[in-house]
Amino acid sequence: MFKHIMLPVDLAHPDKLNRALQVTGDLARHHDARVTFVGVTGPQPGSVAASPEGFAQKLAAFAAIQAEGLGLSMIETHPVTVPDPAADLDRALERAVHDLGADLVVMGSHIPRRFDLGSHGGRVASHTDVSVMLVRG
Amino acid sequence: MTDTDTDTSPQGIPDPDGHHHAIETEYDIGQDNIEGSLGPFGFDIHNPVFLVSGVIVAAFVFFTLALPDQAGALFSTLFTFVTGTFDWFFLSVGNIVVLFCLALIVLPVGSVRLGGADATPDYGYVGWFAMLFAAGMGIGLMFYGVSEPMSHFSTALGGTTTGPDGLRTDWAPLGGAAGNEAEAVRLGMAATIYHWGLHPWAMYAVVALALALFSYNKGLPLTIRSAFYPLLGERVWGWPGHVIDILAVFATLFGLATSLGFGATQAANGLTVLYGTGAAEDGTRAFLGMPFGNAEASGVVDSGALLVLLITAITAIALISVIRGLDGGVKILSEINMGLAVLLLGFVLLAGPTLALIQTFFSSLLAYGEYLPALANPFGREDTNFVQGWTAFYWAWWISWSPFVGMFIARVSRGRTVREFLVCVLLIPSLVCVLWMSVFGGTAIQQFILDGYQGVADAPLELKLFEMLAALPLAGITSMIGIILVIVFFVTSSDSGSLVIDTITAGGKIDAPVPQRVFWCSFEGAVAIVLLLSAGGLSSLQSMVISTGLPFAVVLLALCLCIALGLRTERAAIKAATPAQ
Repeated sequence: MFKHIMLPVDLAHPDKLNRALQVTGDLARHHDARVTFVGVTGPQPGSVAASPEGFAQKLAAFAAIQAEGLGLSMIETHPVTVPDPAADLDRALERAVHDLGADLVVMGSHIPRRFDLGSHGGRVASHTDVSVMLVRG
Repeated sequence: MTDTDTDTSPQGIPDPDGHHHAIETEYDIGQDNIEGSLGPFGFDIHNPVFLVSGVIVAAFVFFTLALPDQAGALFSTLFTFVTGTFDWFFLSVGNIVVLFCLALIVLPVGSVRLGGADATPDYGYVGWFAMLFAAGMGIGLMFYGVSEPMSHFSTALGGTTTGPDGLRTDWAPLGGAAGNEAEAVRLGMAATIYHWGLHPWAMYAVVALALALFSYNKGLPLTIRSAFYPLLGERVWGWPGHVIDILAVFATLFGLATSLGFGATQAANGLTVLYGTGAAEDGTRAFLGMPFGNAEASGVVDSGALLVLLITAITAIALISVIRGLDGGVKILSEINMGLAVLLLGFVLLAGPTLALIQTFFSSLLAYGEYLPALANPFGREDTNFVQGWTAFYWAWWISWSPFVGMFIARVSRGRTVREFLVCVLLIPSLVCVLWMSVFGGTAIQQFILDGYQGVADAPLELKLFEMLAALPLAGITSMIGIILVIVFFVTSSDSGSLVIDTITAGGKIDAPVPQRVFWCSFEGAVAIVLLLSAGGLSSLQSMVISTGLPFAVVLLALCLCIALGLRTERAAIKAATPAQ
């Protein structure tokens, strides 16, 4: 049913991602789907990495560890740099859905950020034509 | 500090693009932050920078409201004391930063790229330039574009007068040019360009360069304290750093509030004069029923309602802009702004005395070169009023704006080389200012000299722009554009300022929750309203600008040293790496 699952990842709060990761792993194995982690960052040094390139490496490292834990052969990564991550997140995620050609987006409801001025999952659902699954936790 | 092309910090944070020299520190960005939520709103703030700056600003506003008379007296004493005692210091700091920036352009270190040797710019030239210009000068250009050249011209023409104590009582720059119109024009333009050209932009450039270098190349958080790492080492993460950041927040907040005050006053005046009813002399002048801009003799007090309404409306637009972010809000508004400003400039240039204006541009540049050494001389000046009332005030104002504009410029300047950065932040904006002042001020001066038009000479500072436009064709449309420009410039300063304060008070995190920006943006508006309506009005705001500018002038000098140290290690790292390729 699903061929390509996209999971937005907030590397600053990976602990809040556990249930969404489990769900992603289960679905990917069940449907034999590809999985891509999407991370959004800004050009400035942040709490995760000192540069976009560093961020990309951290995202890849995180994906490698999770692939092993979830029993997937591989998890691809799609790091996105935007000038103003706090404000541009929704648009960045919509674009990522498009660029990747994903057909399911799994999102932790606190991931990538807690609710600030609206729900990111809700916005992705209403602005794209793919299925969106919000995992509370 | 170590040279690194492999792994850099204890957290395993990898390199920026290409060769660079990172600083190794034990500090994790955001480690001193408090995260949580207040109702539905999340927050992520630096402890103690957020709380200390918030509480002190609130206490200050409360003091001004509770004891208006004492506050007013204190402010005016402070203003006179600082500009009178430290004028030489402000002037010297200005000269040092200009020379420093010019040196960096020609020295080999100018080839260092911000963000690592292989970094590419985040913004194209147009968007980048629009943003740095809108943040940097905005409202000031509208407020002073006509009024400053006109003022210096008139005072210079009036010549010098000496009081009984042997001190000069006139406001003419240097020795004035009594009775000599041509020379008064040249001196007036030179003095204006001195205040709007290389010096202010060099102050911005130093802060911006320091931040960009230590953030993009050295991997430290995007806050002012990071630039002090070469001097203070790990102590920048403790109280010395807190103090620097808190100072930067004050300077930004009061600098912004002052500009908002100028902007609101000018927009309110413009609206009442153009679209209001009644006459100033009878005390009946009002806009939409709110009295404003009445002559003092009429005894009618201006209603604060119009100012409150304007600041509220403008803050609301700024709020939308900060919520939409850099790309979706700030950049779009900045570009609209630049488009409108270019239109207005082009119109005045064509509708005004075109040939004379082009001539003014070149002769003003020459006059600037000729008078610069005398104008920039910090010691033994006789034109006390001019030096203290204009130059020292401007320098303090620019300096208090520098953390905000500098940080904003840094934020959008990744991927430029130091040389490219300085040419674009220092030389081009200076030239644009010369052009702007030549066209707007030049038109007004020509109207006065050739046509004997008294409007531009007699009007108060905030109305001179509209008086000048009124004497040109299509005044109804251009004045409207003028008011819109004042308002949009106002918005672009307010939104970029909120982003900057938010980042500083979040310990350099640029992805702090959006409600925090909303808080600072509203807070700025509130401070501007309270101070504008309180006893001293604009003068209390100006005194605060001066007082925060003074300590920051010292910061500016230290930043030059830090940049030099940072660039040296940066270039050494590139040189060391090059033969290996």
